[in-house]
Amino acid sequence: MAKTLFDKLWERHVVVEEQGQALIYIDLHLVHEVTSPQAFEGLRLAGRKVRRPDLTFATMDHNTPTTDRSLPIQDPIAAKQIETLIKNCREFGVPLYDLHHENNGIVHVIGPELGLTTPGKTIVCGDSHTSTHGAFGAWAFGIGTSEVEHVLATQTLPQKKPKTMEVYLDGRLPYGVTAKDIILGLIEKIGTAGGTGYVLEFTGPVVKELSMEERMTICNMAIEAGARAGMFAPDETTFSYLKGRPFAPKGDAWERAVADWKTLASDPGARYDARVELDVSALAPFVTWGTNPGMVVPVTGRVPSPEDFTDPVERQAAEKALAYMDLKPGTPIEDIRIDRVFIGSCTNSRIEDLRQAAEVVRQLGKKVAPGVRAMVVPGSYRVKRQAEEEGLDVIFKEAGFEWREPGCSMCLGMNPDILSPGERCASTSNRNFEGRQGRGGRTHLVSPPMAAAAALEGRFVDIRQWNLNLREVTA
Amino acid sequence: MEPFVRHEGLVAPLDRPNVDTDAIIPKQFLKRIERTGFGQFLFYDWRFLESGEPNPEFILNQSRYQGATILLARDNFGCGSSREHAPWALKDYGFRVIIAPSFADIFSNNSLKNGILLVRLPEEQVDELFKRCQQTEGYRLEIDLENCTIRDKQGLSVTFDIDPFQRETLLKGLDDISRTLQHEALIAAYEAKRPDYLTPQLA
Repeated sequence: MAKTLFDKLWERHVVVEEQGQALIYIDLHLVHEVTSPQAFEGLRLAGRKVRRPDLTFATMDHNTPTTDRSLPIQDPIAAKQIETLIKNCREFGVPLYDLHHENNGIVHVIGPELGLTTPGKTIVCGDSHTSTHGAFGAWAFGIGTSEVEHVLATQTLPQKKPKTMEVYLDGRLPYGVTAKDIILGLIEKIGTAGGTGYVLEFTGPVVKELSMEERMTICNMAIEAGARAGMFAPDETTFSYLKGRPFAPKGDAWERAVADWKTLASDPGARYDARVELDVSALAPFVTWGTNPGMVVPVTGRVPSPEDFTDPVERQAAEKALAYMDLKPGTPIEDIRIDRVFIGSCTNSRIEDLRQAAEVVRQLGKKVAPGVRAMVVPGSYRVKRQAEEEGLDVIFKEAGFEWREPGCSMCLGMNPDILSPGERCASTSNRNFEGRQGRGGRTHLVSPPMAAAAALEGRFVDIRQWNLNLREVTA
Repeated sequence: MEPFVRHEGLVAPLDRPNVDTDAIIPKQFLKRIERTGFGQFLFYDWRFLESGEPNPEFILNQSRYQGATILLARDNFGCGSSREHAPWALKDYGFRVIIAPSFADIFSNNSLKNGILLVRLPEEQVDELFKRCQQTEGYRLEIDLENCTIRDKQGLSVTFDIDPFQRETLLKGLDDISRTLQHEALIAAYEAKRPDYLTPQLA
C-alpha cells in the first residue's frame, strides 16, 4: 500500500503496539532549563537514570540574558533554574551547551546547525516549537514535563497515531513574500486549531524552491495552526545543508544514511486524512492585527471590524483583541506606528533571516526611526559569529539596532527583554498572545525584512516598494 | 497518580475561545523548579490588576464561582506553549474537569498526566451548559467517567466520548513510566537494531 512520509516514520519507530496505542522510540531528546527541572527531580525521586544520555542534548535559552554574559544573572529565580540545569546535566551525564559554550543557542536553532537533527528521526523537546525540526523529514513534536521525564527514563513515549494533512504549496513565491508569510497565510486559511490532531506534510512545486531555513520557519509555526508536527520530505537541499555539520554522519555512515533518507518521501497515491491547497502566488507580506496568529491581514490591508465575523464567538474574540491591541476597525495597517522591533526567536533568527533584515537596512540607508527601540537577537553563537563575519552586525549597529547575545529573548520575555504595558512591537516571533512579550505589550507578527523596514520607518510599510535582494541571500 | 472515577462540583464559565497557555500561566512564573504552588498564578494577567489587586471583572473573582472545580471553556482551550505549568496551575487552583468543544493537543496530554479530565462536547451542548451556568447561581455538575456521563440537578444528562486508553489511565491513576518499563526487553531489542547513523557522533 502507498505510504505517506509520516506513515513511514511511524512504522520505523513503533517498539510495541497495544490498545491502539504505540510505544514510540525517540531518537533525539533536546532539553532546556524551563521544562526540565521537575522531570529530573522525578527521576531522582524514583531512583531512575537517563536511559540514553548519548541521545540527549541540553542548552539554556529561555530565561538567559542577551546582554554581557560575564555578568551574573540578576533574577535570582532564573539564576537558580540555570544552576539547576547545570547540576542535573552533570549528575545524569547529559551534554550541556551552557551560556559560555560555542554551541549555545536556541534549542531549535542549534539542533539543525549542529547536525543533530537529521531525516527519519523522532525528535522531542519540552517546547511546542519542536515542530521546527520536521523541516528535515523528521517527526518532531513538543511535549510536556511529565513526557520529558518519560523520555529521559525510557527513551520512548506512548503515542496514538495522529492523522495526516497534506498542505500543497502551489504557485510561485512572489517578490517580498517570505516563508513567514506562507505559514501566516496558511494559519489565516485553516485557523489556529485547523491542524489540531494532524501532522502536516508540506508538498507541491514550491517546496524545491525553499531553503532549509525557510522550511524550518514554516514547520516552526505548524503548532500555531494547532498541528504538533509539520514536515517536508528530505531532498538534495536537505542533504547539502547537513553534509559536514559537526554531528552529521561521516564517511561510509553518511552514504548509508543518505541512501536511506532518499526513501523518506510519500509514495505516489499515498492517502492523507485531509488536504489543503495554498496558492503562494496570491500571498503578500503579512502583519497580524490581533491576539492570535490567525488574526492576520496583508500589509496593504486594514484592521478588520468585529462585524466582519459572522460567528458570535469569533466576533467577541475580535472585539477583545481590538481592545487589547488598541486598534480601530478600518485603520490601514501602514498607519500603525510602533515603539519596538524584535528580530529573533526560533522562527526567524537564523543567518538568512538576519541577511534579509540587513539587506533592508543596507538598501534603505536609514537609521532606526526616532522613538523606536530595535533589537536583533541571533538564534545561536554560531549564527552570531557568522553574521559578524559577514559584517551584518555592523550594518545593524550603525543604523541604531541593538546587537545582542543569543537566546529566546523577547519572543516570550522570560528574561529582562520585555515590552512595557502599551508598547507596540513589530516582532519576527511566533505568538502574538496577550501579554506574551510583556504584560500589556502589543505584538504584531511579521517577517524579518518587514520588521527591519518597520524599525526604519517607525510604522508598518510594504517592503515590495523597494528593489531588495531578498531571495538571493537565502541560498 | 490519584485515580479519577467520579466528580461533582461547582462550574465556572470562561467564555472566550483560544485560551492559550500564556494566559493560563504567564511566563514570569515558569522559572520555579517545583511542580507545586502554581495555582496562585493561574490566569494571572486576567485575575489581577497591575496593582496586584484582584480584578473584579474577571469571572473567577466573582463570589458565586469561588470553590469551582469544573471549568467550562470554548474552542481550542490550552493552545500555544507546551508548558505543563498550565495544568499544574489549573489543578493546584482546584480544577479537576475542563469541558470545551476542543482542546489543543499538547495541553491534552499534559492534563492527562496530571489527572485532569478533559471533556469534549459538541458546541451546542457547550452553549447549553454556558446558558445554564450563567442562569443558575451555584450551578453544579456531576461527571461520571466510568459511564462517561454528565448530569445536573435540573435533569440534564449527556454522554461524552473519550479515548479508551485515556479513560483507563485516569480511572486507574496509572503511572506511564512504570507501565512502559514493563516493555524493557522490547525497548532493548529495538535499540539493538537501530542504524548507527541515528546516534550522533563527533568526527
